[in-house]
Amino acid sequence: MDKIISEEGVNVTKIATREAYGRALVELGRQDERIVVLDADLSKSTMTAFFAAEFPERFFNMGIAEQSLMGTAAGLALSGKIPFASTFAVFATGRAYEPVRNAIAYPRVNVKIAATHAGLTVGEDGASHQAVEDIALMRAIPNMTVVVPADASETRQAVQAIAAYDGPVYLRLGRPAVPRIYDESYSFHLGKAHQLRPGRDAAIIACGYMVNEALQAADELLAEGISAMVLNMSTIKPLDREAVLAAAATGVVVTAEEHSIIGGLGSAVAELLATTRPTPMAMVGISDSFGESGKPAELMQKYNLTAEAIKAAVKRLKSI
Amino acid sequence: MIIDYQELTTIARRLRRHIISMVGAAGSGHPGGSLSAVEIVVSLYFGVMRLDPERPDWPQRDRFVLSKGHAAPVLYAALAERGYFPVEKLNTLRQLGSPLQGHPDRKALPGVEVSTGSLGHGLTVANGMALAARLDKADYRVYVLLGDGELQEGMGWEGAMAAAHYKLDNLTAIIDHNHLQIDGAVEEVMSPEPLAEKFRAFGWETRTIDGHDFSQIMAALQWARQVQGKPAVIIAETVKGKGVSFMENQAGWHGKAPKAEEVERALAELGD
Ligand SMILES: Cc1ncc(C[n+]2csc(CCOP(=O)(O)OP(=O)(O)O)c2C)c(N)n1
Ligand SMILES: [Mg+2]
Repeated sequence: MDKIISEEGVNVTKIATREAYGRALVELGRQDERIVVLDADLSKSTMTAFFAAEFPERFFNMGIAEQSLMGTAAGLALSGKIPFASTFAVFATGRAYEPVRNAIAYPRVNVKIAATHAGLTVGEDGASHQAVEDIALMRAIPNMTVVVPADASETRQAVQAIAAYDGPVYLRLGRPAVPRIYDESYSFHLGKAHQLRPGRDAAIIACGYMVNEALQAADELLAEGISAMVLNMSTIKPLDREAVLAAAATGVVVTAEEHSIIGGLGSAVAELLATTRPTPMAMVGISDSFGESGKPAELMQKYNLTAEAIKAAVKRLKSI
Repeated sequence: MIIDYQELTTIARRLRRHIISMVGAAGSGHPGGSLSAVEIVVSLYFGVMRLDPERPDWPQRDRFVLSKGHAAPVLYAALAERGYFPVEKLNTLRQLGSPLQGHPDRKALPGVEVSTGSLGHGLTVANGMALAARLDKADYRVYVLLGDGELQEGMGWEGAMAAAHYKLDNLTAIIDHNHLQIDGAVEEVMSPEPLAEKFRAFGWETRTIDGHDFSQIMAALQWARQVQGKPAVIIAETVKGKGVSFMENQAGWHGKAPKAEEVERALAELGD
């Protein structure tokens, strides 16, 4: 099992969302017998191995066969189970795209696709393993809910919430350990953004790994006299329209995501604002390119997925 | 073309040393499935393939597709030893800006035929190359190396069907049958057995060999050339982590880099 931070995953400052997911599944499995988990030969990395160890009879390793993974999950769901199907985001949304679309989303089958290793923070494995377009693919499918938690606590709660929700969900998780943003008192609501900082002059709408960068950017901006609201848009679809419109009331919106600027969070926000309340906007994200091998931090720098990039975007918009 | 097994053995040892050193230096990567494929890759690059390292895009060259792209270190080591690029470059593996990407990228490194890393593609891409050779009346051959876990992908069997349907006798598939994948033993995770029977049922000629024995590999590659009207597959029985005692037959060494002390121990075992 790579990068286990602590025995129970608590009382440490940084935990990967995939680790929080693996632990949350065990909790869920104890509460509800209908929970079943499927993987495609990556259970040590997606951390479904925790569930497999405790509930071997409710765990199915489908082998390196992501299409079979999704089709089987659909069949289990159609027979009353609540399946969580896990593999890397590239393979869940790429190899298995069409089964996800036609066997899960179109018939509105209750499958939870929990995909790990999304984005550039996969690091050294390189472009073939770095999903930069998965949100776009999943968001474009009717009936699909898309959730991108920002830290371990939010992941834990999101897992509970999507299990309680009846319908297909794409849960996007990351490889690296990320700082804690929330403590256990936080409560996640599916479809609702969470305001982490109030602000008058600008709004930063972020998801996943970039929420922490957004907070840092807002703190630095405040020191320079710019009050920036920070929204954690952990449900990207359905989008929290009220929260986005409230953010737009500041006059300036910057989105930040570890994803292509084509089709992700920025696009979702832009689609809403362009048609209801045109607002000066900037998108911090990957500019239509594949990733590459490198250390996660180096890649985030190189591809401008940083607090500095968010700060610069806010200032640029404010100076127009 | 080298047929002196002693010389091939020497080259194989050098490749193993490179694999250990470069994955150790990178701090991540896939030693197990690189080590299991060493003799196969050496037989191809130093034994049978028609190549010119000076002209990586020479139209008449034989093609090698590393479908199990995570074994990039064995490919990089072979390309470097064969003269495609300086051996010193090997320890830039997986670093930002290096042409030696974590999984092979044909845009980044001349000599890499196909960008791989997502399992299941290789055989179908190789089929396309073999069909193109036929259209162009070219006599180059296409070789594709597949993992045994990789054979769980449906796409591989779609490719197997197509290769037989189009009678691609200019194509040779080799299976690195090391019996391990990430989550454990291939037969326990999701058995694709019986492999030889399955391929025969799909219309292929098959031969099973010891994938670490040069005389058997070279003979099988020779045999595959002679098969007519059908694609041929060589099922190479191998040991994952071969050559490094503490890595052999251990699923845990699939995608883990050796620490400095482990690199030293491995290199000492391998010898110069
Ligand atoms: C489509 C796809 N799914 C999953 C993975 C992740 N993965 C990388 S290597 C591997 C195991 C490969 O096992 P095998 O084919 O037996 O390779 P070998 O033992 O030769 O290393 C997996 C699941 C991948 N690269 N591509
Ligand atoms: Mg194997």
